[in-house]
Amino acid sequence: MTRWKSVLIIGFLASIPLWVTSFYFLHILITTGIFIIAAMSLNLLLGFTGQLSLGHVAFFGIGAYASALLSLGFEVHVTNDFVLGVAPKPVWLSMLFGTFAAGLSGFALGKIAFKVRGAYFVIVSISFAEVVHLVAVNWVELTQGPMALNNIPPLKLGTPQLLELSFLRKPAYFYLVLSTAIVCYVIIRRLVSSHAGRAMIALRENEPLAMSIGIDVTRYLVLATVVSAAMAGVAGALYAHYVRIVDPDIFLFIYTVTMVIMVVTGGKRTLAGPIVGGIIFGLLPELLRALAIKPEMQWIVFGVIMIFVVFLLPQGIVPALEDWRNSRKRHSPNTGPPVQAAPGAPP
Amino acid sequence: MDQFLQHCLNALMLGGIYALLGIGLTLIFGIMRVVNFTHGELYAFGAYMMYALVTRLGVDFFVALALATVLGVALGAAIEFVLLRQLRSSDIDVTMLVMIGAWIALQNAEQLAWTGVAQSIANPFPADPIVLGRLSVSWNRVFVFVVAIMLITATYFLVNRTRLGMAMRATFQDRETAALMGVRIERIHTVTFALGSGLAAAAGALLGPVFVVTPTMGDLAAAKAFAVVILGGMGNLLGATLGGFILAFAEEIGVGYISSGYRDAMGFLLIILILLFRPTGLFARKERIS
Repeated sequence: MTRWKSVLIIGFLASIPLWVTSFYFLHILITTGIFIIAAMSLNLLLGFTGQLSLGHVAFFGIGAYASALLSLGFEVHVTNDFVLGVAPKPVWLSMLFGTFAAGLSGFALGKIAFKVRGAYFVIVSISFAEVVHLVAVNWVELTQGPMALNNIPPLKLGTPQLLELSFLRKPAYFYLVLSTAIVCYVIIRRLVSSHAGRAMIALRENEPLAMSIGIDVTRYLVLATVVSAAMAGVAGALYAHYVRIVDPDIFLFIYTVTMVIMVVTGGKRTLAGPIVGGIIFGLLPELLRALAIKPEMQWIVFGVIMIFVVFLLPQGIVPALEDWRNSRKRHSPNTGPPVQAAPGAPP
Repeated sequence: MDQFLQHCLNALMLGGIYALLGIGLTLIFGIMRVVNFTHGELYAFGAYMMYALVTRLGVDFFVALALATVLGVALGAAIEFVLLRQLRSSDIDVTMLVMIGAWIALQNAEQLAWTGVAQSIANPFPADPIVLGRLSVSWNRVFVFVVAIMLITATYFLVNRTRLGMAMRATFQDRETAALMGVRIERIHTVTFALGSGLAAAAGALLGPVFVVTPTMGDLAAAKAFAVVILGGMGNLLGATLGGFILAFAEEIGVGYISSGYRDAMGFLLIILILLFRPTGLFARKERIS
């Protein structure tokens, strides 16, 4: 049944470019998909290890910058006479490098930041993101500062002579984002149901207890941070080669907040939560724009929704729906399973 | 040498404001265990009230300063009453999320109300600076410094010498026992949050006329306030005051001798370093970090 469901969902998602002809709508779906990947990566930390990282956009931005820089090539004066120059590399390699760079920075942050917990960890993670932001603004030689990195090449696979796959057009990019998202989902799902994942959940529920039964808490927290950061880096790299311009605004705190809202609204301890939350908050700005609401008003609405969700659905939408379904089943045992279940599925 | 002394003088002037921002936040952090992300918005609110009163309505500068502070106190009390009171038994992550929501809503409300254009506020001080040998400092900065020190001293007096302050300190040490002794915790929380917010609004009202007023001005102020609180140790008034001056000094030296682009990075770097090597703050007696 679950397998049928996932095949149906993936099939539906894959069919979207066939019947959605509006490039504008496809664009929204692509950016939403990129944000869903970032939100899923945040959920690994926030939902499964219980650490609220408010510097998550740093990994997204590092992935974007690292990938964009390597694909463009760069020159940096390490000292006055020693210049480090890197020639442009193929985009797929750059994207891998962006992922790696983000994972590495996740390792560094995890190693140092998990000496503290709770509010202090939150503040360290915000500080980290702000420092990275200020470096992106000020290290003009490398990042071009506020002038931004322009003309970032799009992803191309294969060789022009034989078979070349170009991800310049929107339907192609949609499939790229969709398949990346599926891969990330599967990785997270396997991770959280593995031994390491159970250790993460154990330390979320009761850290001293987890420690007392021999779980190396810091190790698992760092592991979660590295995986999470690398995934955020993939999302950043996908973003960089899609919009093809990267400036320091990519580190805006508001993007972290958007990811947090997606995760918390959808349900932070579930696999599907970030996806549900991501779809809602990816499409909501468009809906609000259609209602001719100013961008400031849109953010006010976001803030208020965040407050309401925390008050009314502290667990998020997905767990609330599950509870509702379970309680309905319990109260009416005679109705049986819904008729519109997937054909061929066992009752 | 002159340049160094000038940097020290600037740091002293700036430190007063950082300390003022810091003690408001450290009170809230220490007594209520709330990471107050709206602190910067209260700062911006104070500055905008100053702008509205002085530039739009033509109220006297000093009256407007007092009024902006009072309005900040009122807004703080309202936030506590509407949001935080309902969340007193929830865990710290939930409270943080609500405060982030409130921060976004407040900041964008400011942008909606006053537009994103930077506004300036006229001040009644002479434009010529005070010159002491080769050092100089503007009248406005001196006024800001003096008022900030007065407010900090008044807060000290309130916390350490009054009955209300005793109740606040008792709540800080042990909430349950304080409640058993007849301290009305709810009221202490409202008073603390209103007081902290009022101090932030006062800081904004003081600095608004020095710089310009923009909707996002609160973000940096909040970041600096957090740096000051962490430098000084949570809930430590003296620590926050000294932390304010240390941060200002580090920034001025950084600007003077490293690069002005990284001025705002100083606070964040200090936060990271302090939390890594001395997570209880520079001046902590005993404080646990959970």
